[in-house]
Amino acid sequence: MPSLKDLKNRIASVKATQKITKAMKMVAAAKLRRAQEAAEAARPYSQRMSAVLSNIAQAVGSDDSAPRLMTGNGRDQTHLLVVCTAERGLCGGFNSQIARFARDHVRKLLAEGKTVKIICVGKKGFDILRREFASLIIERVDLREVKKIGFENADQIGKKIIGLFEKDEFDVCTLFYSEFKSVISQVPTTLQLIPAAAPVEAVADTGAIYEYEPDAGEILSDLIPRNISVQVFRALLENVAGEMGAKMSAMDNATRNAGEMINKLTLSYNRQRQAQITKELIEIISGAEAL
Amino acid sequence: MADFNFELVSPERLLLSERVSEVVIPATEGEMTVMANHAPTMTTIKPGVVTVKAADGKVSRYVVFGGFADILPTGCTLLAESAVPAEEVDRTLIEKRIEAAKLELDDIAHSDEQRTRVETFLTELTQLNGILVAF
Repeated sequence: MPSLKDLKNRIASVKATQKITKAMKMVAAAKLRRAQEAAEAARPYSQRMSAVLSNIAQAVGSDDSAPRLMTGNGRDQTHLLVVCTAERGLCGGFNSQIARFARDHVRKLLAEGKTVKIICVGKKGFDILRREFASLIIERVDLREVKKIGFENADQIGKKIIGLFEKDEFDVCTLFYSEFKSVISQVPTTLQLIPAAAPVEAVADTGAIYEYEPDAGEILSDLIPRNISVQVFRALLENVAGEMGAKMSAMDNATRNAGEMINKLTLSYNRQRQAQITKELIEIISGAEAL
Repeated sequence: MADFNFELVSPERLLLSERVSEVVIPATEGEMTVMANHAPTMTTIKPGVVTVKAADGKVSRYVVFGGFADILPTGCTLLAESAVPAEEVDRTLIEKRIEAAKLELDDIAHSDEQRTRVETFLTELTQLNGILVAF
């Protein structure tokens, strides 16, 4: 049975924790709004990009002039997984969800006898995956210092991927990130970057026969690297929004739990105080009676 | 004069979307002026200045760093890798890019094809820098 003083101390410490989680929740809510805005603002670009891309891809067709980034190099022996997670924890199952998803994928690939290489974007995923696949991780991108993810960050990662592909370091590249469905739901998703999956959405047929300057193949080979960076950028933005959403609900839960705990502790504190008073009273009364 | 819809989009946001009467685009194969009812064209662009003449005659300039343009008779979309209004452009930023390109050029590991690409990019950037000094 804890003493009155112990209970009091515990109540005070849980209250302090509650204050922190509450503040973190509010910070996450503010950041979530900003992240959502950023994701929204980036949407027109990626939409237009995929529209243009599917347009050109149709024009070029699947003949041999299509760039290697699009068709791949015809093998699928070595897989490169780019796993994007958050830099910070305390956001519920967000990071572990992505990491688990990636881990299952890696195991499946290894079981099939493929070679796997991993690039970790974000510290948390690296920490989790390192336990099991330390030897497979070839690179780790740290975005810890970055306050607001800009296109340059994504572009660097994109260039790195393309550089590795040109050196024949891998055959297939898949991006792992968390799709932001809503504040309470983030779904781990994969996206194949190389070979670029041909955009499947039906193109609104503009009926226009384009003139290409320079020719379509050349534009396409300029476009695809850009598209990879754009996809990475989109994934990073979705991740930030998802992280903040997850953090917000995790902190909301924590605040609520702390509240419940305080209620319980206060109840037992009061009960014990009452018991002590009663005990003292009995002592006084029985003392008086004995006289 | 007929006007058309022009959109300038960077990966971070939609910079501009308005009715314009003419746009000058620094296409890779030379500058081109787009007006209403232009033939459908798709072109890559090099680092340079985009001049937009709005329907009300107001002229504004944007500095872009590569990208491509999708031109239709009814509108024109410019997807720029990075775009800044010319008044706000920071010359040190361009100089930094030039430095980065020079460094990349010194990297001997590249194939000839890549070298040429970086070299062209560098010349284009230097040219752009020259134009901006004149502003």
